[in-house]
Amino acid sequence: MHEMSIAQSLLTIILDESARHRIKQVRQVNLQVGAMAAIVPESLNFCFELLSRDTLAEGATLSIEEIPVVARCRDCNLNYPVENQVFLCPQCGVPSLELISGRELSVVSIEGETGDDDGSN
Amino acid sequence: MAQIKVPVVQNILEANERLAALNRQRFDKAGIYAINLMSSPGAGKTSLLEKTIEALAGRLNMAVIEGDLQTAYDAERIQKKGVQAVQINTDGGCHLDGNMIQIAMDALDLTDVDLLVIENVGNLVCPAEFNLGEHDKVTILSVTEGDDKPLKYPLMFQISSVLIVNKIDLLPYVSCSMDAIRKQAHQLNATQQIFEISCRTGEGLEPWIRWLEDRVRAQKKRMG
Repeated sequence: MHEMSIAQSLLTIILDESARHRIKQVRQVNLQVGAMAAIVPESLNFCFELLSRDTLAEGATLSIEEIPVVARCRDCNLNYPVENQVFLCPQCGVPSLELISGRELSVVSIEGETGDDDGSN
Repeated sequence: MAQIKVPVVQNILEANERLAALNRQRFDKAGIYAINLMSSPGAGKTSLLEKTIEALAGRLNMAVIEGDLQTAYDAERIQKKGVQAVQINTDGGCHLDGNMIQIAMDALDLTDVDLLVIENVGNLVCPAEFNLGEHDKVTILSVTEGDDKPLKYPLMFQISSVLIVNKIDLLPYVSCSMDAIRKQAHQLNATQQIFEISCRTGEGLEPWIRWLEDRVRAQKKRMG
């Protein structure tokens, strides 16, 4: 499935950012994934594990925070949580296509070790 | 070894979004209206295209980008209808992305093209996450797939501006309720246009063709 291409893009971002911040070993990658995103976390983990072998992200944990779906009503400006996939404003019944959250597929931060001596020996 | 945590905040799909935006610019510059046609395998994407080509012959200039896992069957079907078509084989990949469209466009003569149809790989999940630069996403659901599909694949149905329900000639033989489909589509995207058609009998095709022509005209007007 498309988790493979997502994992590939994710690895590219991680390796670029690691090079910029002189990270030698990535330990954890913090992600936000919207509840509406068509992503299966187990599948993403599996693909990432395969692709990251022999890179400095090998063995890194993907920590996924699921973001709830929130829509905005363009008539009354109400932000409301979307439950049971109903994208209609609970106040005025108007359909909402504008999502405030729920489609995230983002890297938030990367944790790892630099080659620098931190003075602690 | 020093431990560090660096903030990144980057959309994983950003690279694709950038390519999609470039594709959109290219469509607009050429005055082309583009749709991304999606469905599960066998719902009738290529059949709808054949019927659409027949109906628009002599009225609009069309071009087609065909996504397929392995074969060139679909592109051959389209070329037989006298429309230029380019095949993208994804070699098992489950969706088209912005980069593939960029490459495919180079293989097409876009002069005088009014309408570009991109037929995505048959799949109701993955193509939903990848914008191609299209103006509208069109999803086909055939009645033989069952009336529970919109809520089972909410992203696909939520982001599509058009839902085409195909194979309605088979409605008497399957337990599929049009009301259930309409109700689910309404709660996911109440602004969605729904066309109920049968590619086999030709029933219901006319409103879809008129809608397409309106969109092509609107695009020409917008782009001067």
